[in-house]
Amino acid sequence: MARPVQYNIYGQTDVKLVKEGPEGYMGEGFFGTSLDKVVGLARKNSIWPLPFATSCCGIEFMATMGSHYDLARFGSERVGFSPRQCDLLMVMGTIAKKMAPVVKQVYLQMAEPRWVLAMGACASSGGIFDTYSVLQGIDQIIPVDVYIPGCPPRPEAVIDGIMKIQDLIGKESLRRRNSDKYKQLMESYGIQ
Amino acid sequence: MLTFEAPKELNLKVLQFLYDEDGLAFRFMTDLQAVHYPDNKGRELAVVYHLHSLTENVRIRFKVFTDIQTPDVFSATALFSGANWMERETYDFYGVNFVGHPNLKRILNVDEMDYFPMRKEFPLEEQTRVDKDDDMFGR
Repeated sequence: MARPVQYNIYGQTDVKLVKEGPEGYMGEGFFGTSLDKVVGLARKNSIWPLPFATSCCGIEFMATMGSHYDLARFGSERVGFSPRQCDLLMVMGTIAKKMAPVVKQVYLQMAEPRWVLAMGACASSGGIFDTYSVLQGIDQIIPVDVYIPGCPPRPEAVIDGIMKIQDLIGKESLRRRNSDKYKQLMESYGIQ
Repeated sequence: MLTFEAPKELNLKVLQFLYDEDGLAFRFMTDLQAVHYPDNKGRELAVVYHLHSLTENVRIRFKVFTDIQTPDVFSATALFSGANWMERETYDFYGVNFVGHPNLKRILNVDEMDYFPMRKEFPLEEQTRVDKDDDMFGR
C-alpha cells in the first residue's frame, strides 16, 4: 500500500525534504568527508540572526519568524539581540545617515565568521528615499552578502534570502576569511 | 489665525509683551520654524513662532524676516525653554543663527553635514549616488 504521506524516502519519490549530505565515503555506520563540509553543514543549519529592523521590513520579518512561515525550520529560531553571539546581521528598513555608524558598530561587534543580509529596497539602495538624510544602501558602509528585493519583501522572499545565505555558508571555505581577497574587501570598508 | 510680522530686532520684546500682558498671556510656544523665500531679496529667511494662550484659548502666528547673509535672530530660550530644541532644529535645517542660544548645534542631521538642507539652493536628492538612473527617479 502506498504511503499516504511521502517523506524522506530517498529514491522512491520525487519529494525530498531533507537535502542530500555532502560528498564523502559512506558505509555501514560511518560517513567520511572533509572538515570544511561538515563545518559548513553545521554552520548553515544553525544561523543565529541579529535583526536590525527599522521599519516595515521588520514587520515582514516578524511574520517570517511567526508560526505560519516559521524561520525556525531553517535552524534560525534563535534570534539573538547581542551582536557578539550572532552570525547573520539582517538589516531591514531605511537606514538614515545618522544611523549608519550604529549599523557599522553592530557589524564590528560581531565575531567572524559573519554574514550580512540587506532586506528590502531601503537597506539595499535607499529605496524611495532619494534624499539628503538617508544612506543610499548599507553596502556603502558594510559588505553585504545577500540582497532581498521588495518593498517590503514577502516572508517567502525572506526565506529565499535566508536559503541563499545558507548556500553561501555551506559552500564557504574555512580559509576564506584569511584570504587576501577578503582582507582587501574589509580594507575597502576601512575595517581591520 | 492672526498672523503678524515685526522687525527681527524686536522679536523678544514682542514675545515678552505677549507673554506678560494681562488678557493675552501667550505663555505656550507650540512651534517654531523657518521658511526660505529665495526670491525675497534682503529678507529671505522667515522665522515663525506659533503661540498659544491657554487662558484665552487663542493661537497666533508671529513672523520675523532676516537677510540670509546675516541670519542672526535673538534666541527665545530665556522666555520659552521649549524653544531650545526647536531653535536647534531650525538652525540645523535653515542655518538661522539664534543669538544667545545656550547650545546651538545640529540636532537631527549628522554632525558632519556642511550645509543647511532645507534651503532652496540645495537639491533634495542625495548627490553622492551614481547608480540611480535620473529618468527613472524623475530628477
